[in-house]
Amino acid sequence: MRVSLFITCYNDTLFPATGQAVVRLLERLGHTIEFPLEQTCCGQMHYNTGYQQEAMPMMRRFVEVFRDAEAVCIPSSSCVAMIRDHYPLMAAEQSDPGLARAVDELLPRIYELTELLVHRFGLEDVGAAFPHRVTYHASCHSLRSLHLGDLPLRLLRNVRGIELLDLPNVDRCCGFGGTFAVKMGDLSAAMLAEKMQDIESTRAEYVTAVDNSCLMHIFGGLHRQNTGIRTAHIAEILASTENEPLEVTA
Amino acid sequence: MTIRVADAAESPSFQKAALPLLHDTQLRANVRHATDVIQRKRAAVVGETPDWQELREAASAIKTHTLRHLDSYLLQFEQACTAAGGHVHWASDADEANRIIADIVRQHGGKEVIKIKTMTSDETKLNDALEHEGIRAHETDLAELIIQLGDDKPSHIVVPALHKNRNQVREIFREQMHLPELGNKPEDLTAAARHYLREKFLSVNIGLCGANFLVAETGGVCIVESEGNGRMCLTLPDVLISLAGIEKIIPTFQDLEVFLQLLPRSATGERMNPYNSLWTGVHQNDGPKHFHVVLLDNGRTSVLADAEARQTLHCIRCAACLNTCPVYRQTGGHAYGSSYAGPIGAILTPQLLGMDAAQSLPYASSLCGACYEVCPVKINIPEVLIHLRGRVVREQKSALDPEALAMKTAAAVFASRRRFEAAQRMGRLGQWPVVSDGWVKNLPGMLGNWTRVRDLRALPQQTFRGWWKQRVKAGKQAGHG
Repeated sequence: MRVSLFITCYNDTLFPATGQAVVRLLERLGHTIEFPLEQTCCGQMHYNTGYQQEAMPMMRRFVEVFRDAEAVCIPSSSCVAMIRDHYPLMAAEQSDPGLARAVDELLPRIYELTELLVHRFGLEDVGAAFPHRVTYHASCHSLRSLHLGDLPLRLLRNVRGIELLDLPNVDRCCGFGGTFAVKMGDLSAAMLAEKMQDIESTRAEYVTAVDNSCLMHIFGGLHRQNTGIRTAHIAEILASTENEPLEVTA
Repeated sequence: MTIRVADAAESPSFQKAALPLLHDTQLRANVRHATDVIQRKRAAVVGETPDWQELREAASAIKTHTLRHLDSYLLQFEQACTAAGGHVHWASDADEANRIIADIVRQHGGKEVIKIKTMTSDETKLNDALEHEGIRAHETDLAELIIQLGDDKPSHIVVPALHKNRNQVREIFREQMHLPELGNKPEDLTAAARHYLREKFLSVNIGLCGANFLVAETGGVCIVESEGNGRMCLTLPDVLISLAGIEKIIPTFQDLEVFLQLLPRSATGERMNPYNSLWTGVHQNDGPKHFHVVLLDNGRTSVLADAEARQTLHCIRCAACLNTCPVYRQTGGHAYGSSYAGPIGAILTPQLLGMDAAQSLPYASSLCGACYEVCPVKINIPEVLIHLRGRVVREQKSALDPEALAMKTAAAVFASRRRFEAAQRMGRLGQWPVVSDGWVKNLPGMLGNWTRVRDLRALPQQTFRGWWKQRVKAGKQAGHG
């Protein structure tokens, strides 16, 4: 299949390794990857912070760039949530029937990475190997907007050598919340402290998730506290094999 | 008109009010314990209800319909209540409601009233207004009594004293009830309250309550409670006054079947409330001789006018959203500066105040969505929060606000591939003053809120698109990019 990758602005800028892992994984599974260079941002940060008008051109841009894609893969559940939950409302507000139709037609072809693997490709075993103790953090959007349920866990359970450890209070927010982490920094820190306690109680080496935004927040705390616990986006674990293990950057 | 929601208009911002609470070890332990217990009980009784989602759907539909026709349902209620011997009063704001109630009390020569827990009266600051008129209000709900005797403020819609543990309650009762020997066992404390309150029940002749539901069809009022103090206040006095927000209306008696399944399960984790009181007007030789309902607007009609946010008025005050909220969990209710704490308070309070005050509240959420998941009337609180943030930005923020400027700049960057790539490049080249060993540990300005507690990885040497372009160029694979 010809898969168009929407890497998301923060993965592009801050987490190139995640994008590289998505490319490696999907190519290993026999798919062709496209990366339209005109893509920028889905508009989530603006929209959720109250700058809804500023997010409109980003929505138009996304629809323009991906309207002809066979399937769009997005390794971020919160960006998928932005697109699925808000684009139709935004388009309706624009009183532009062409745009609303384009959004409607595009939405069924939008996939979060694990949705693409399990729902579209029918895969639960992607041939990965990752011989580490790992705990899975269920991001809020993956749970309550995308309703991914145990989709990511089904993929992780089939990874060779992995020891999956249950995270207590797995459905509780880590305290990132986009600009919340900065606007309400003290609250966000208190929430993160609880999340880190739960993570440390699992004795995991790695925390994984389908969103690097939560992981950036969680790792920021784990690193500051010198816990020695790392984070890895699920794409990086699923791309890892016996021959090509995940490259750990210091 | 003076809209008042307790002291919310004058309260400090959420983040400011939260800080001392975050350092109150006892309070945080109390809040976590209490919300964990209620959540576990709720999950059990919701889990055993096979048609829970259908009930939520039905409740949402009833509320949507009622709000669309609120004008006629309110008039229908007035007519039915009046026909049954009740008196209906209309109050446009908090002061008017308080004045009406004080007048009724005075007409009956009252100097004291006994009260059932009503958050609406906390909203209007009724007790203070009555005090001003020389009328003493006695709270009879155990939690409200603790709050009143401790000169405290409620921190939860259903369990107002949830931030106090029994040792703290004992201290308040010891001092205020003059019981130096009082123990800290639950039965010691309830016995002390019982003894203290029994005297009020038997001597005060005017009762004051809120309303869980007003039934338009019959003119009936419904109140659910756990302790029985409510039943005392509703049946013993000669005069009964009910203060109710106009959104408490439901069309028919039959509609109660939906709400009386949803409310107790959501609020206290019970299949039904221990006491369900339902009465219509007055009856000879049975209950109060005089019954008044004060219908309160106090900003509700302006909430109704906002099509995207009016679902806020669906709320039946179960507080399930508070119990599940990871933000409320950290601070308890006082940080919200209002009678209404938690996620519902974060959307209700600023709207009642016309968005002119309490503007930090829509931001007091990580938008995790746990509130929407548990809401028995399906208020999409995260959607409303985002909508209200938009109103704060559009109606309140100056275009020169640093955040607004940053957001507009970011929007301009995202509007063009060239500008986006240039910004990535500039970030990478310009970050050296704040980077050491590949990490950012100290950022200036608002971004310092991140690095005060969290590290941030420095921008990597190559962006994903940089890697992709290089790969395409190397001809490793024929990309279309």
